[in-house]
Amino acid sequence: MADGPVAELLLRRLEASDGGLDSADLAAELGVEHQAVVGAVKSLQALGKVIEAELRSTKRWELTSEGEEIAQEGSHEARVFRSIPPEGLAQSELMRLPSGKVGFSKAMSNKWIRVDKSTADGPRVFRVVDSMEDDVQRRLQMVQRGQAEKLGEKERSELRKRKLLAEVTLKTYWVSKGSAFSTSISKQETELSPEMISSGSWRDRPFKPYNFLAQGVLPDSGHLHPLLKVRSQFRQIFLEMGFTEMPTDNFIESSFWNFDALFQPQQHPARDQHDTFFLRDPAEALQLPMDYVQRVKRTHSQGGYGSQGYKYTWKLDEARKNLLRTHTTSASARVLYRLAQKKPFTPAKYFSIDRVFRNETLDATHLAEFHQIEGVVADHGLTLGHLMGILREFFSKLGITQLRFKPAYNPYTEPSMEVFSYHPGLKKWVEVGNSGVFRPEMLLPMGLPENVSVIAWGLSLERPTMIKYGINNIRELVGHKVNLQMVYDSPLCRLDAKPRPPPTQEAA
Amino acid sequence: MPTVSVKRDLLFQALGRTYTDEEFDELCFEFGLELDEITSEKEIISKEQGSIKAAGASDVVLYKIDAPANRYDLLCLEGLVRGLQVFKERIKAPVYKRVMPDGKIQKLIITEETAKIRPFAVAAVLRNIKFTKGRYDSFIELQEKLHQNICRKRALVAIGTHDLDTLSGPFTYTAKRPSDIKFKPLNKTKEYTACELMNIYKTDNHLKQYLHIIENKPLYPVIYDSNGVVLSMPPIINGDHSRITVNTRNVFIECTGTDFTKAKIVLDIIVTMFSEYCEKQFTVEAAEVVFPNGKSYTFPELAYRKEIVRADLINKKVGIRETPENLAKLLTRMYLKSEVIGDGNQIEIEIPPTRADIIHACDIVEDAAIAYGYNNIQMTLPKTYTIANQFPLNKLTELLRHDMAAAGFTEVLTFALCSQEDIADKLGVDISATKAVHISNPKTAEFQVARTTLLPGLLKTIAANRKMPLPLKLFEISDIVIKDSNTDVGAKNYRHLCAVYYNKNPGFEIIHGLLDRIMQLLDVPPGEDKAGYVIRASEGPAFFPGRCAEIFARGQSIGKLGVLHPDVITKFELTMPCSSLEINIEPFL
Repeated sequence: MADGPVAELLLRRLEASDGGLDSADLAAELGVEHQAVVGAVKSLQALGKVIEAELRSTKRWELTSEGEEIAQEGSHEARVFRSIPPEGLAQSELMRLPSGKVGFSKAMSNKWIRVDKSTADGPRVFRVVDSMEDDVQRRLQMVQRGQAEKLGEKERSELRKRKLLAEVTLKTYWVSKGSAFSTSISKQETELSPEMISSGSWRDRPFKPYNFLAQGVLPDSGHLHPLLKVRSQFRQIFLEMGFTEMPTDNFIESSFWNFDALFQPQQHPARDQHDTFFLRDPAEALQLPMDYVQRVKRTHSQGGYGSQGYKYTWKLDEARKNLLRTHTTSASARVLYRLAQKKPFTPAKYFSIDRVFRNETLDATHLAEFHQIEGVVADHGLTLGHLMGILREFFSKLGITQLRFKPAYNPYTEPSMEVFSYHPGLKKWVEVGNSGVFRPEMLLPMGLPENVSVIAWGLSLERPTMIKYGINNIRELVGHKVNLQMVYDSPLCRLDAKPRPPPTQEAA
Repeated sequence: MPTVSVKRDLLFQALGRTYTDEEFDELCFEFGLELDEITSEKEIISKEQGSIKAAGASDVVLYKIDAPANRYDLLCLEGLVRGLQVFKERIKAPVYKRVMPDGKIQKLIITEETAKIRPFAVAAVLRNIKFTKGRYDSFIELQEKLHQNICRKRALVAIGTHDLDTLSGPFTYTAKRPSDIKFKPLNKTKEYTACELMNIYKTDNHLKQYLHIIENKPLYPVIYDSNGVVLSMPPIINGDHSRITVNTRNVFIECTGTDFTKAKIVLDIIVTMFSEYCEKQFTVEAAEVVFPNGKSYTFPELAYRKEIVRADLINKKVGIRETPENLAKLLTRMYLKSEVIGDGNQIEIEIPPTRADIIHACDIVEDAAIAYGYNNIQMTLPKTYTIANQFPLNKLTELLRHDMAAAGFTEVLTFALCSQEDIADKLGVDISATKAVHISNPKTAEFQVARTTLLPGLLKTIAANRKMPLPLKLFEISDIVIKDSNTDVGAKNYRHLCAVYYNKNPGFEIIHGLLDRIMQLLDVPPGEDKAGYVIRASEGPAFFPGRCAEIFARGQSIGKLGVLHPDVITKFELTMPCSSLEINIEPFL
């Protein structure tokens, strides 16, 4: 079974031929379009070594449609010349002829005709010579006969300028027998079928080769959001390190737990309307743990627990004000307060990852809400060295091994340190987190024993994710304006994996 | 963090040596500062207003340095240099002294009218000071930095500095009706009443931010000298009469405010920083302030406080093993003059008036750690042995979201804050019926309320992705917030699961099938009994009539599913049919 009549004819001619044949010649011989022969060549090529085909390009001169017409009818100027009778012709009449305009000026410059303007009824055209030679027609006819090369370069280019002649490139194949040449080529199977398996016919059938360069068809599937994939990895890291997850399912918080409990004074700028979302309804917290509140109040306004305090008038109304929590440390404070009520004290390691809210000016890296990651360890005798040690372990699980620590100020930790890591891409140290030891003024009013220290650190979830996925604008990652294609295409999150190397040229 | 900008060459001159940018950056890092930017006036102006305007500006190199928010003593060149020089042990920390004047002490009398508006005032005199252009600029700049930071934009404290030689004491700090206050303020050519001034300053880019502090008060604070000359109308503006210049030799400083402690700190900072340029270096002439109750106090306080901290406490908190002598040396480098006393394990630390940030031993521990060098501390892992537990609600969420994706739905992450319109009008519900919590100070409508349903976020996600091939199958598992007077704050989060199907056909059967799958995953069988789940015809303004059902599981209503109402689809700028499902997953914990 041959692969179409043209292919079959091609193979027969090739068998009879001496060495090979040209696809254009074959098309002419068979009286078919050249494209049909090219198709046959391609389908035979796909079968393997049946034929060899070499692509050749040849240039040829061809007449344009106007050129064809002139070869047939004569040039415009010749037609003008012929149409003038011996007694001459009114120029206006001549101009109305189909070849009139072009032919007139050419015939004039050939000095075949002249114009007499002195005649009474307008200018009149007369022949100058009795006969002329139509070179244009003759040359075009030579091209038609396939003798274009006999024309001079100048003559060809003149005809080309007149748009009578065009040079065309013809791509043809020089076809010769391949190593597996045969005139009886059977059609290849595209796919294995159940029938072939049951009949065993697959053993005798040739199969069309696959194009392994083509892309596959992506499966229909659901996808997880990239930021939440990173969240899962952070949860995993904390769980691997033995940290228990804190409840953080309370976006609404009182100023008391968000600020006062953390020894953040009531005039602190973070408590400003410009930085924090306060609530109109419910505007105030209904209940506060009043005896604890009293201890907090005293610590702020008068000091105590070894502290000078801030020495200002602490107001309960201010502490009652409800807000959208500005950090998850408010949830940590609640958990630590609960831990302090448990006697005897048991050491604890906690973490949380959840949303926080800031009434900030929005830009490419800041949104009104983002996720905060927080780790907390409470035990007897924890040191700054312990905090650094645990940070080293935590960050090495993120694939970050080069760390250094900078003194910093946080209202509720002392000592405080910002964590910097060396970013090989940016070639500089960048801040990756903030950390510290919770102040005694925060812990002791809760009722934690004096020799218990609580170390803590925090970072945002969005920032490492933006770095990980190479996203510059946070709106492309979070919120309803994200492009779902980005979600569909995002890879697995493996925080400790080496980043994808930049595309390099294949080694020679 | 406040940023201090200083001229690099002046800084190096004062430090007595030059640094490369990298070396100085390193020094800052070690000390807890951050060299934020290296720039020039020219660069700043050309960045903000274009290179044409910057043409004539100075191209002297400026260092912009971020200082910790509680270190008011590092907010000017003088303080920075002093701090760094002491840190590098090139100088000893100077001792600041309050001295009595040769003649009569300057007196500031507070009248009782101030009680309701701005009750506190403190004052001091810098005698025989020598300004230069640079020093003068730094003096003005420091006041501005203090105003922006510890003074909380002049709300807590406002500073006024005056040429004492143009005034004659005693001074009176009182409060008067705005129409009764009339004077020529700084940078104006004629006198105005306070009412007129408040109007004029409404369009003043610098001053308008302070007007609210006194604007609606019946009486405005004002300070007069004995001849009735207005020194200032705090916290807005000083009088022109007593303005200081680079040639001023005697400066009268008053700080008024609502926070007495902070007013005293601010005064201490200004006089400690600039007494360096007084004829008798680091001395400050006292001023007397008489309060309405007749009691009289002398300022500045310039109090030195002593703390005793055990050396082993510092070692234990930091995780180092240094001798008490070494620790005392480290602390001294941090501007905290220290010595070993008593049994040899006790360190006595003198806290100078410049270090108001030291309020507890932990602050001293931190300074010892900074001087030791954070990056020299040996890292160790705490031996705290604990068993980890997941928060059950998050554990369930994690499990469910993976299976939602396995069911062919794509997870989205939308905002918890939104407009009232999103949760009410667009869903055909009245806002009062939503039980939503309302934000009192949103900057835009996007932050009016916390969401009470996840559906609007999903629909908005579809609207932003209308060019994506259909169908769109999306889900989100996250918290919504509802007012609830049974909780301490009066509101409660609920963990919701919401899914939508958006296509040329409503696909109710697909959303229904998803519910069946979710129930299968949660091990809840179909059925009317207490353990099972069932859906019952229902209605809701967000749904197409007859295409809505309520979902009951384990004996309680957990949500609804159905085909969305065409009005809802249109209001979210969508064009295709859409079905949705939203349930509370907390009953399945």
